[in-house]
Amino acid sequence: MKTDLVSHRQRRAGHVLRRVILIVALSVLAIPFVVPTVWMIASSLKPLNEIFQSPPTIFTDSPTLAAYAEAFTFQPFARQYFNSVYIAVVVTLVTMLVASLAGYAFARIPFRGRNVLFFVVLIGLLVPSEVTIVPLFQMFTQAGLVNTHWPLILVTALAAPCVLATFVMRQFFIALPGELEEAARLDGLGRVGIWWRISMPLAKPALSAVAILTFLASWNLYLEPTVYLTSPELFTLPQALTRYADAYGGEMWNTQLAAATMTVVPMLIVFIIAQKQFVEGLAHSGLKG
Amino acid sequence: MTVTTVETREAPAGASRHPAAPSRRRFWSASRRDQLAGYLFITPQLIGVVLFVLVPVGLAVWYSLNDWNIFSGRLEVVGGDNYADLLTDPQLPSVLLATVVFSGGIVVLNIALGLGLAVMLNRRFRGVTFFRTLFFSPVVVSVVAWTLVWGFLLQDNGGINGALSVIGIDGPNWLQSGDTAMIAVIVSQVVRSVGINMVLFLSALQGVPSELHEAARIDGAGSAAIFFRITLPLISPTVLLTAIITIVGALQAFAQIAVLTGGGPGLSTTVLVYYVFQQAFEFNNIGYGSTLALMLLTFVMLLTLLQWQLRKKWVFYED
Repeated sequence: MKTDLVSHRQRRAGHVLRRVILIVALSVLAIPFVVPTVWMIASSLKPLNEIFQSPPTIFTDSPTLAAYAEAFTFQPFARQYFNSVYIAVVVTLVTMLVASLAGYAFARIPFRGRNVLFFVVLIGLLVPSEVTIVPLFQMFTQAGLVNTHWPLILVTALAAPCVLATFVMRQFFIALPGELEEAARLDGLGRVGIWWRISMPLAKPALSAVAILTFLASWNLYLEPTVYLTSPELFTLPQALTRYADAYGGEMWNTQLAAATMTVVPMLIVFIIAQKQFVEGLAHSGLKG
Repeated sequence: MTVTTVETREAPAGASRHPAAPSRRRFWSASRRDQLAGYLFITPQLIGVVLFVLVPVGLAVWYSLNDWNIFSGRLEVVGGDNYADLLTDPQLPSVLLATVVFSGGIVVLNIALGLGLAVMLNRRFRGVTFFRTLFFSPVVVSVVAWTLVWGFLLQDNGGINGALSVIGIDGPNWLQSGDTAMIAVIVSQVVRSVGINMVLFLSALQGVPSELHEAARIDGAGSAAIFFRITLPLISPTVLLTAIITIVGALQAFAQIAVLTGGGPGLSTTVLVYYVFQQAFEFNNIGYGSTLALMLLTFVMLLTLLQWQLRKKWVFYED
């Protein structure tokens, strides 16, 4: 009886010890995940002469918002911010519509050549944007759309990220039981009605996954704006962030970090509020095996 | 990408579902109307893929057979010259080596770390949600912002060397030497994106029935044996798919390189995508740039084919 108790206690102690080791290990691993963001925010508040101080301090004694003001005066930063937001919103909405239509048809409507056409669409997932950017640049030059937002909106909303979205939607609709649709059909609802009134309301988890993936894809675009856009007032945020350099090409670190903070912090806040949707959306995006 | 079977669930049933349709013998029968709806539903997506993927790939093939003539401002057919250039380009071997090191480093580190984090966080304890959020959070930070901050920390007099000097280590000038610059781009990229793999692995781990673990434990298997003999084989489809997605993503990493190192120092971090960009847009070698781009496409296609083949062969379990 007594030995039982001891071994039980020992096992408990071992359990606690293992838990402590686990938490210490996780905390150490977390350093490179957290410190860059914290350092970015802290440094954006430092006066310029403290930025590369040695030994480094994380927090300054004399915080200043000068870098934040400079971010707006050096470039049309507010305008660039607006560009990124409106492009991402338009792209996300168009993608949700296009992908849910296509995903629904590929999953639910029997039509001739469906498998072949689905395969053709999937090719869009395989081709890296760096492969198509040279011809696309020539095409958009011919169409007179270079240095406008059209290439960013059209290609993103209809090509690669949208194909991923179509795939996610198809996987979702395929798994949806068909009885509800049958009932609706007997009630005389047409295809569009079934899609919009019956299937779409059920597809909210897939739609939120699609929305998040597409928004992030558009928000992160860097190659495309770099290639298509030349006027600073048309720039998107990632591109604008790299243009904070003084007349000699030296980087204006504190201004750059202030601008970066302004682009990162809202996304982090949205993420922390909606993290369940983010993480579950990804896990259910059909991307796992 | 994961679609190996594109079987139709509706098609066989669809025919018998409308017995009334043939007897009416109207041209726009229910099934014809349904077919039309199907085509209309996929039209926007199909146009997008044709116009912005297939046509450009076709054009890239055409460009690869041409060279841009600066004097006439026109493309001129040069046949296989650009392909012959691939063999003689003195920079290409080092670009390909950098591509292999970069993609290989990312995939190994990303899978190992992603799997490790998923295993550590696949249990209940206070703070587990906090840690999951924390490791995932860099995913929502834009690539350029993230890379800029790392560039800032990696300066010779930056935060990382500052922290090292506190414990008495004289850190290298990370971005000014080839090896350390490569390590820097790999690590910053892995830390930014490993959260995605962690989440995918976590959801795969949660699909492993716990009875299997208990049975093995009762049979006296240790934690390591359980992981390598039971858990890992069961989640192997996810590991494989994630590895391919990660490596294909690494092959397309442009912003990270452009912002952190600009391909340098020298050619040490000039990976294939960055080289394509330089040739096409900085040196205006549209023909050669397109040839390199097609090489990149070939690599991606081969990896995808490889995934399909491997999936059939050694993946242990599929639902």
